[in-house]
Order: sequence, then structure tokens, then C-alpha cells
Amino acid sequence: MNSDKQLSSRAKIVVVGNGMVGHHFVEEMAKNPDCQITVLSAESRLAYDRVYLSSYFAGKTAEDLALTTPEHYDELGVTFKTNAKVTNIDKSAKVVTTESGDSFEYDKLILATGSYPFVPPIPGGDVEHSLVYRTIDDLEAIQASADVSKVGVVIGGGLLGLEAAKAVKELGLETHVVEFAPQLMAVQVDGGGGRLLKTKIEELGVQVHTSKATNKIVAGDKHRYKLCFSDDTELETDLILFSAGIRPYDNLAREFDLEIGARGGIVIDNQCKTSDSDIYAIGECALWNNFIYGLVAPGYNMAKVAAKDICGEDAEFTGADMSTKLKLMGVEVGSIGDAHAKTEGALTYTYENQPEGVYKKIVVSSDKTKMLGAVLIGDTGEYDSLLQYMLNDIDLPEAPEGLILPMAGDKPTLGVDALPDTATICSCHNVTKGDIVAAIDCGAVDVGQVKSGTKAGSGCGGCAALVKSVADNEFEKRGVEVKKDICEHFAYSRKELFDIISVEKIKTFDELLTSHGRGLGCEICKPVAGSVLASVWNDYILKKPHLSLQDTNDTYLGNMQKDGTYSVVPRIAGGEITPDKLIVLGEVAKKYNLYTKITGGARVDLFGARVEQLPPIWKELVDAGFETGHAYGKSLRTVKSCVGSTWCRYGVQDSMTMAIDLEHRYKGLRAPHKIKFGVSGCTRECAEAQGKDIGIIATENGWNLFVGGNGGMKPRHGDLFATDLDDETLVKYVDRILMFYVQTGDRLQRTSVWMDNLEGGLAYLQDVIMKDSLGITDALEEQMSAIVGTYQCEWKTTLEDPEALKRFQPFVNSDKADTNIQFVTERDQIRPARGEEKIAVTFIDATEKEAVAEEA
Amino acid sequence: MTTSNTAKTWRTICDSSDLVKDSGICALIANEQGSDEQIAIFHLPNSEEKIYAVGNYDPIGKANVLYRGIVGCIADEPVVASPLYKQHFSLKTGQCLQEEQSISVYDIRIENEQVQVFY
Repeated sequence: MNSDKQLSSRAKIVVVGNGMVGHHFVEEMAKNPDCQITVLSAESRLAYDRVYLSSYFAGKTAEDLALTTPEHYDELGVTFKTNAKVTNIDKSAKVVTTESGDSFEYDKLILATGSYPFVPPIPGGDVEHSLVYRTIDDLEAIQASADVSKVGVVIGGGLLGLEAAKAVKELGLETHVVEFAPQLMAVQVDGGGGRLLKTKIEELGVQVHTSKATNKIVAGDKHRYKLCFSDDTELETDLILFSAGIRPYDNLAREFDLEIGARGGIVIDNQCKTSDSDIYAIGECALWNNFIYGLVAPGYNMAKVAAKDICGEDAEFTGADMSTKLKLMGVEVGSIGDAHAKTEGALTYTYENQPEGVYKKIVVSSDKTKMLGAVLIGDTGEYDSLLQYMLNDIDLPEAPEGLILPMAGDKPTLGVDALPDTATICSCHNVTKGDIVAAIDCGAVDVGQVKSGTKAGSGCGGCAALVKSVADNEFEKRGVEVKKDICEHFAYSRKELFDIISVEKIKTFDELLTSHGRGLGCEICKPVAGSVLASVWNDYILKKPHLSLQDTNDTYLGNMQKDGTYSVVPRIAGGEITPDKLIVLGEVAKKYNLYTKITGGARVDLFGARVEQLPPIWKELVDAGFETGHAYGKSLRTVKSCVGSTWCRYGVQDSMTMAIDLEHRYKGLRAPHKIKFGVSGCTRECAEAQGKDIGIIATENGWNLFVGGNGGMKPRHGDLFATDLDDETLVKYVDRILMFYVQTGDRLQRTSVWMDNLEGGLAYLQDVIMKDSLGITDALEEQMSAIVGTYQCEWKTTLEDPEALKRFQPFVNSDKADTNIQFVTERDQIRPARGEEKIAVTFIDATEKEAVAEEA
Repeated sequence: MTTSNTAKTWRTICDSSDLVKDSGICALIANEQGSDEQIAIFHLPNSEEKIYAVGNYDPIGKANVLYRGIVGCIADEPVVASPLYKQHFSLKTGQCLQEEQSISVYDIRIENEQVQVFY
């Protein structure tokens, strides 16, 4: 009885429409257990992501795009009906009825019906292959039509039109965009930006026709249809895709007497209520302050406001900023505020760089003190700071043009002090300046802790620099010194230690500790010193005074695995190996029962070697002509290469020889972190060189050099450093760049981060390396040639040194082996036994250990 | 440490020349149950006690590897950093400085150029 009463007292919420905004409302509303939610959707699917619709053609499935599932709605206790188009609203009885005659009572009704694509009434336009771009069903129709078409035309050159053009292009059709206005993206971008955008889009193989009004569509001569324009020109096509704007789906509201705007849209107030106080409208069907928001973020905001209002909480929708930053077919486009300078008295500053394809404009107030808007094409690097100026009404610097001019050095930086606490710093995670200050109040002591505490900078990462300056500024205000000390034993950065060691000619860690440090050192400063000593003097790293400085990987010249065994990785320069050597690897792996795997760096890793097995294994490898691969060192790892012009039909240079020469030149060089190279024999880039620290790509005239690429955790494309270099110049530049990195990089700083942190960036590095702006290139080359000249294979040296070999005996007082190391078989090879798989074994003689390994 | 029933004695492990300055070696010692225990021995000539002995098993990485760690000090406490996940263990108390874990510590001395553990 009691439960019945409670159930009937629960508020009945009926949501019409299950697009992104309708779904967002459901999620918000379901937080309140006192309501009973019913979703009625006219589509056959539940909510999916329309923003990433074009990724459907790049391989994403309807499941990938889905925002929810029937199971998820069941979990939330939400009742839902698909293919349920609402055809009647009885406002006095508070009942809605669907096409099929089902009725649903409501206490509150939410209209989230969205919008539909506007198809201009062009004579002859209503034909089979004339489509729109809005839903997954539309995409399926486009795909089916594209399968039997060669040419596709998108009518409409706005943001969505260009997205649609991208889709048509990806389907392999000759693609055209037809726009009525004299430019593309007329809403967000001004004339100058539109011109550049057109050039860039055309470079990508999409033909753009502006100022074209389509009069009629008739049968084509060569293709299916012919578009006839008002200026008497024509364009033939097989597929027509309309993307000429959206119109609100307001017919239900219209039919049942809710207030509608003069040009459509359901009128709502600040609580998102329509003219009937029990009916709300949200998203693209709603008209607020005579404006329809065609973006998802304001729609989400409306959903939140409506849900709160129903629960009796205070909430208001007060409009939204329409600034956007996006990548259209790889072209960066940014639009902020009053992009068209419509504000009275507005003044503009414009910078255009045609060769590089960059256009930037800022719109400022008549007294030049406030930012009103901006347009950025080709480079949106300044988007965040320009947006902050506008959103927070920050006073502009004396010469506002400096904000968009590409001058290194004297570019005015946005004083982070000027930002209010409400300023959004990270828009991915909605982190404000206030949140960052609060994180510091709660004890964050460095930028890393601020980031992990607030999640700022962990989305797209675009705000990383801003987060750092806000945090540093806050630390500075509190008198916290931003320290660069590597650890408690040395009050110096790695670079400072490098200078001390080379200037004062310090040869051992003990000397360094006595003269410049304190205590006994630790696992941070010791390897740093070991690495710098190796870079400067290139001694054998296992020489007595250096031995205790090395990480275990360097000490045992192998990579320690989780069970305490090591991997064995011989160098296979450029990935080139003779069959005989390959057989040796196989024989050694088989003899010592090592797990064998081909690595991403085009060489062979052998896993599971015990410390005491390392010398005999390496003896066999060295005797067969192998040398150490330095897989354990912060040093050159691999130079990945394609076969180049020697074999490949497309190769234009001998990338294989170049790769092998470079690998042999820089092997053994100790650096702040590992270094990887890639050399591609042509612009097809099969060696993925742009993802490497040093990337080299062959051209007809020589080599293009890229610096600072990275794969892994935070991928980064290398910066194009120089073009069409001959062999000699290429090696000279690489010598200088690597040595400069070795000298100035921070501990464990890859070249990608090093590049990002170089003040003055790429241009500065180019000046240092190519124009010798610091007057150090001769010294850099000399140092590199000294290191190249004193290379030794660490394994060969170790095998010849009985004293060093003693280190590989596991116990000082016994020949037994460690019984905690056990293997089991998986896919015909060994792998470390997990805790529960291990068997208790007492110590046995080394001679018996093979048998144990096999048993286990 | 010295409350065990079986009488402990100073047992000779190796020559002092087998020690590696500012680094570790490992020894096996037979325990009461007749199985072997792995002991990591570190030689830090610039520190107060100069020589330390602790269990070789890393309770966090679950492998016998501690003797291969880098030694040094953290706030004047002599420590070894695990070569697997870099936690510090005090060489004096065996306590891990980052987590609620500890390793055994053993008395050790150099007598007539012999390294001896009280076990």
C-alpha cells in the first residue's frame, strides 16, 4: 500500500526527443530519485554523438557513437520508446500521444526535439540522390548513394557543410562545395579569413564555388544531375548533399499553441519554460532571447537548468558564448565573439601570411582597451589567451597587435594575475583559475600536483602552458621558489651540473659530491652524474668509480624485468640483419630458453636471462659479430628505416645506408633520455620519422630534417627543422642538435618536451644550430666527434674484464641460482610465473636449474 | 632481534675485498629450516656505519633484487632504492619510506678483513 502511494506521488517526466541534449537532460534528471522518466524518440536509435558524426565514415560504428544503451537507461530506471513520434499534446489533461496511439501522462513535459536540415526549395531538387547530413540514417543513405556515384556536391559552405564535404571526400568522391555567400563559414569568419580558408580547403582537393545561387536542378549530361546557377554557370554531379543551415523542430509546439518566435523556435524563458509552465523546451528547438543556439554546450546548459528548475532549485540560462575552435579537414579555425566587428566603433588588427597559410584578426573596442572578437585561420595557437581577454574583460596591452604578430621574444603575454578566479583555464575539464588556486591552498606544491589534483591540462593539453603560468604565478605570490634542483643532494639543474663537470673538469661522482653537493647522493643524482660524466668524458660506464652510479639496467647492461631477470637486445642497425646472424639469435635464444619477440624498433628482444646467464649469452653474441643495443641506456636506441631507393619503386634516396650510418655514429651517446631516429626514403614516410626525436625524410634534392617528434604517451610530430640538406650538412646539424640537447636537456626530458620548453622554440634552435647565434657550434661538433671516436661496445669491454664479470655472479658465497625466478609456458615460450603459479623450491645447484625451469 | 631460541653467531660471508664501494652484493645464509636466505650487503664507506645488511627480497616488486639498487641517503637516512619501482628502504631499520612495508635488517661487521653477519 505504502509503496503504491509513493509511486503515484513520483513526478512523471516525459522527454520528447533523444538527441544529445535530450539525453543530457535524462542524465541530469535521473539524479533525482523522486521522478519517473519516460523518453519518447522518433528515431530508431537512442542518443548518439552528432558532433563526431563524420567519424562514422572514418570507421566509427553506430555503437561507437552511441551515448547510451537500453541497459544504461534500465539501470537509471528510465522508460524509453524508440520509433515513437509524438503527434498530440493535450495540455489541459497533461497527456501526450504517439503516432501509434500510445498515451503518456506527464507532470512536466520536456521538448528536446532538436532541429532538421533546411533544404531550400530548388526546382528539381527533390530527387533520389539528393540527401541531407544530420542523422546516422542520413549517413547510411549517403554511403549507399556514394557507392554508385563519382561526384558529390555539398550545398552550403558553413561549418556543417564543410564537415559534410569532408565526409563526401572520405567516401572517395570528387567533392565540391557550393555556397550562396561570397565566402565560406560566413557566420564565424570574416571575408579575409574566408578567402584563406577557401584556398586551404581547395589545397585539400575540395573545389569551392562561392557566390553561387542554385536556380534549378536538371538531368545531367555526363553525370546524374546538373546544377544550374543564377550566373548561367553549371555544375554536374551524381550526389547532392544539402547543408544549408538548420531549422528548429517546433511543429508540435506550433500545432498545440505554445508561443513560437517569428522565424521559428519555441520561445523559452530563463528557466527554459515555454508559454505553458509545465512544458520546457531545450536545445536547438528552443528560442531564447530571440536566438537559437546551434551548439551542443549551450544545449547541455539548458538541460541542466530545466532539470534543476523541476527539482525546485534555483537555476538560470543566461546565454552562451559562441566562440569556437575546431579543425576542419585538418585546417585550424578559431572564431571568438564579434568576429565581424559589428560593435559600434570597433577597430581591427589583421595579420596575414599567405605563404604559410595563416590569417589572424582581432577586433577591439574603439579605445583599444578591450578585446571584442577574433578570427584565426591556419593557426589557433593564440585562441585561448584571446578568449580569456574577451570573456574576462581584461585590459589589452599597449599595442594589441602584438598578440597576433609572430614575433618571438617580445610578444606580450597575458598577465595571469589579471585573470579573475572564474576564468576557465582548462575547458576540457572545466577548471577555473579559482580551482587551481584552491588546489595550491590544499597543498599542491608543484605544477605536476596541480595538474593531477584538478585534471587541468589532461584533456587536449592545449592549456598546459597557461596552467603552468597560472600555477607558477600563484607559487611566486606565496613566496615559493620554483626550484630546479635535481634532488636534495645537489642544488643544481642537470644543465648546471653539466656545465660544472665540463668547466671544472670533474671526472668522478665523489669529486662532484665533495665540491658541490651534500650527503651520499641518491638514485636520482647518481645516474644523472653518471650520464653527464659519460657524455663529457665517454669512459667505460662500468669503470670502478662510475659503477655505483648506474641504474641496474646500466650496471648489468640489460633491462631488468619484473621478476628480476633481464632482457638481451643486440643492436640491429636500421633493422638490417643477415640470415646467418638471425640464425645465431635464434640459436642463442633456444639454447638459453629465452622468450623471443620482435620489437617496434625493428630488432629482436630476448627475455628471461638471469644475471649469471648474461655474460655467456653475450659472449656468444659478441663472437658472432653482434654488439650491445643500448636498450638499457638513456642513449640512442634505434634508427627505424624503410629500404629506400635501393629496393622500393618510390624511394628517392638511400634511406637504408643513411639509417645504418647514423645508428653507428650515435650509438652509445649518453643523453638526458632515450633517443630514437627514423629515416624514410620518400615522402610516403613508411619509417614514421616524424614521430621520432630525430626524423629524416628523403626529398628529390636531399633530406628534410625533423626534430622533437615523439610517439608513446604524448605523441608529437617533429618540427620541420631544415629542408633539402645534403648528407654532410645533415650529419653536421644532427651532431649539433644532439649535443646541444645532451648539454641543456633536463633529467629524463625527451627532445619533444625539451623543444616545447626551449624559450624561443624552433626558431631559436634554428638560430643556434644553423646561424651559430651562441657561437658554440664548433664546440658542439668537437664534443660529438670525441664521443664518436671513443665508442666501445660495453659488452665486449665487460667480457674482457674479469673484475667486471664478478658482478654477474648472483651470490658472493655460493654458486646456487635464485629459485624465486620461475617460468611457465605460454604460446610455446616461457613467461614469468605469477605468484600463485610458483612452486616452493629450496636452493639447488646452478647445474640443476635448467631442469627446474623446464619442469615449471 | 636477539630473542630467538637458537643461538646466533657471527658468520663469515666473504672477504672485505669482495665488497663493492657504494654498491651492493648478495649472499646466501642457511636458516633454521635449512633453506637459504638472501641477504643484500651494502658498503657505504662515507656513511656512519659503513656496512649494512638487509633482506634481498623486495616486498613491493616481489623479487630478489634489492642488492642491485642504487644506495644513497634521504634526509641523512642511508637507503637503498629498489631497482624495480624505486621505493626507498632504510638500511638502518628496513622501513620503506614511501609505503607500509619493511625488510629485515641484520647486524654486520668487518673483522680481520672478513665480512661477518650475526645470524
